[in-house]
Amino acid sequence: MSGFVVDSTVSSGNSSVAIPTDISGQILDLDEDDDLEVFSKDTTVTDGSSFNASMQTSPASMINQYKFEEDAEDTKDIFVTVDNPESHVTAIETYITYRVVTKTTRSEFDSSEFEVRRRYQDFLWLKGRLEEAHPTLIVHPLPEKFVVKGMVERFNEDFIETRRRALHRFLNKIAEHPIFSSSEDFKIFLTAASGELTSYKKQGPGFLSRMGETVKAVAAAVRGVRNRPQEFTEMQEYVEAFSQKISSLDKVTQRIVREQKEYLEELKECGPTYALWSQSEEELAEPLKDVAGCVDRCCKETEEQVKNLNDNLIPVLHEYALCTDTLKAVLRRRDNIQADFEAKTEALATKKADRDTMRDDLDKAEDRLEWANNALKSDWTRWQKDMRTDLRSAFVDTAERNVNYYEKCLAVWESFLHSQRTDAEGNGNVDFS
Amino acid sequence: GQFLGGLGFVMVEKGTSLLKMMEISVAEAEKRTGKNAVNMQETYTVYLIETRPVDAASEGTNPVPDSLWRRYSEFELLRNYLLVTYPFSVVPPLPEKRAEFVWHKLSADNMDPDFVERRRVGLENFLLRVASHPDLSSDKIFYSFLTEENGWKETVFETGFQAKADSRLKALNATFRVKNPDKRFAEMKHYGDELQSVISQLLRVRARAADRLYGVYKVHGNYGRVFSEWSAIEKEMGDGLQSAGHHMDAYAASVDDILEEEEHYADQLKEYLFYADALRAVCRKHELTQYELEMAAQDLTSKKQQREELATGTIRTFSLKGMTSKLFGQETPEQREAKLKMLETQIEEGEELVKERNAECEEFVKSAWVDIERFKEQKDHDLREALISYAIMQISMCKKGIQVWNNAKECFSKM
Repeated sequence: MSGFVVDSTVSSGNSSVAIPTDISGQILDLDEDDDLEVFSKDTTVTDGSSFNASMQTSPASMINQYKFEEDAEDTKDIFVTVDNPESHVTAIETYITYRVVTKTTRSEFDSSEFEVRRRYQDFLWLKGRLEEAHPTLIVHPLPEKFVVKGMVERFNEDFIETRRRALHRFLNKIAEHPIFSSSEDFKIFLTAASGELTSYKKQGPGFLSRMGETVKAVAAAVRGVRNRPQEFTEMQEYVEAFSQKISSLDKVTQRIVREQKEYLEELKECGPTYALWSQSEEELAEPLKDVAGCVDRCCKETEEQVKNLNDNLIPVLHEYALCTDTLKAVLRRRDNIQADFEAKTEALATKKADRDTMRDDLDKAEDRLEWANNALKSDWTRWQKDMRTDLRSAFVDTAERNVNYYEKCLAVWESFLHSQRTDAEGNGNVDFS
Repeated sequence: GQFLGGLGFVMVEKGTSLLKMMEISVAEAEKRTGKNAVNMQETYTVYLIETRPVDAASEGTNPVPDSLWRRYSEFELLRNYLLVTYPFSVVPPLPEKRAEFVWHKLSADNMDPDFVERRRVGLENFLLRVASHPDLSSDKIFYSFLTEENGWKETVFETGFQAKADSRLKALNATFRVKNPDKRFAEMKHYGDELQSVISQLLRVRARAADRLYGVYKVHGNYGRVFSEWSAIEKEMGDGLQSAGHHMDAYAASVDDILEEEEHYADQLKEYLFYADALRAVCRKHELTQYELEMAAQDLTSKKQQREELATGTIRTFSLKGMTSKLFGQETPEQREAKLKMLETQIEEGEELVKERNAECEEFVKSAWVDIERFKEQKDHDLREALISYAIMQISMCKKGIQVWNNAKECFSKM
């Protein structure tokens, strides 16, 4: 491999993916600019049944998820789809909304079917609420707010489609989560009309109280945790390592896509060259034209393969890369809760006044810590299982598609060979064995 | 008969008497150092030519073959001799002097072992092509090239072909206009141009595509590394990841063989790229002989015209002599008589020359066209074979891909 160097080591300076800082539950982003300007385009999914249409995005992984759920004790009783992006133009801004369809048999829902429209901002809000309510549970990441490097047109069809799929996955992860799926905020998100949602959002804990929480959290973070249990340290080490690996895989895959695209560019010139040649020939004209056709067909298959990687493997790897930020934040929050408990323990030991209130506070802090630890432990197990399923099926899917790609190309060349053999035998020419 | 590598069975079916007599191969290549013509040290490669009588092999005795060493420059000398001596033959080309149309991994260095090996094969191919050519195979110089190590060079120079070589080169590069070329040769020349252009383009495009394909495969090797590292931190996923990683390494490694095979295909195309040159040379030679005929005919016509003018006293063509005689007075009847006599002789000679050149032309057209037809058939057959072997290569590559990814899929499903 002389002279061929692939740099896939993780180094932030040269990252091809800009992962934004995690929007932790500590500060809610109130930026109105989350949604993007778009060209007015109705990109309705083709199939009439929106439910089925979005299932087509990553059938293998979807099927595997359902399998997993079927094996679980509960059968899935809520189905959520995200589709039908539409752009909205108002006096002050232009943004996209997505249709969110919910079908459920759960009793806490007033009806069995709901259809609402939501914008990215709303998803962000939901995520924030869930993180606030459950600081040590793992919320699936949202697609990034801003455009990733490499986009030529800022808000083109591909970007919207990629985002739509990610939002779809996000909601489904929430729906499958034993605790999140029964969240009131989630229910409101799925069912409330746009106006209702806006007013509900305003009802939440005020800005100031949220700021108060933030200050406390920062104070605890500064203090640091003293006696972190070993298992959480191990978790942190794992997350570090995993983060590096998944980020590498993301990069490697993107590099493969780039190389494939460049290969495709060159290959696209081969077919026409054979075709040009055939124009100067007599006996050879047929076989040359056939070869040109074969090369062109292989080009199409290669294009398909590139698209597959982009649409299926890369988004999944990317999401799990974003997951690691979530995991780090979760571990940090757990640490803060423990730090808070440790601080209160210390305070009780040293202070003489207000001992009763302080003991009360300490008990609450202890409970919070115990709850946080248990929640994290069980959600960690759930997350790992999910991760394994998702990544396994993504890689299995990729391998399958690659097999498919080669099988199609094989068929193309075998049919050429066959036609040449029948020709040759017909003309009584040389034997090929 | 022998299976002549890429040449297939066809050549031996139409076997020449030479091939019926002996087996020819270029068995080895070796590096030598020595002093060159200007007494400086140089390193060069020599190739071992082995010849073996056909009967001996079939008798099962299998004696040691006769062999001798030759350098590339001696092959060039042989070819130049053949070009000059058989101008009506499409003389087989030599493998390229320097590596061209290389993609990045392939070395452009003449001393590179892969290049030397491909050249060895190309030289063997050249010898077999010449040995199976109906006219070239019976050439004595060719025979002694194969059998006489010492003094061969001197023998070649003794033929005096060098002088002809220089004038041939000059003529081929000269520009002249032919009034009535044989249409078929004009078309063939045009075809030769097109063939050269399109094969060059194909080789360029193919080399770039090979470069890219190499990149695609090699990047997959990184999967192998990362999977292996990742498997170290996982419990249940570890085994599946680790074994999948091995398959990714295998996938990355497989491209080396794939591209080596494709290089063989590129060599087959290159041979015909260079053949196009040989074809064009024959067409040019036709133009030359045709031109010389036309010149001789033109000269004859003008001489005849001069005679007519002199005989009838009318001046239709301008001639300096005519003008000077006008200026300095008419010539005497004796002078006119002398001139007429000279012209008559010249015309006689001219007519002989035209007859000669005409015969040459006809002879050339006949022989050359026979060889061109032979070449056409050979080209159609060989290139079709090449396309088929290309398809077979692609099929093999796809099968390898299917196998690797199926294996990987199995490993992934155990993750």
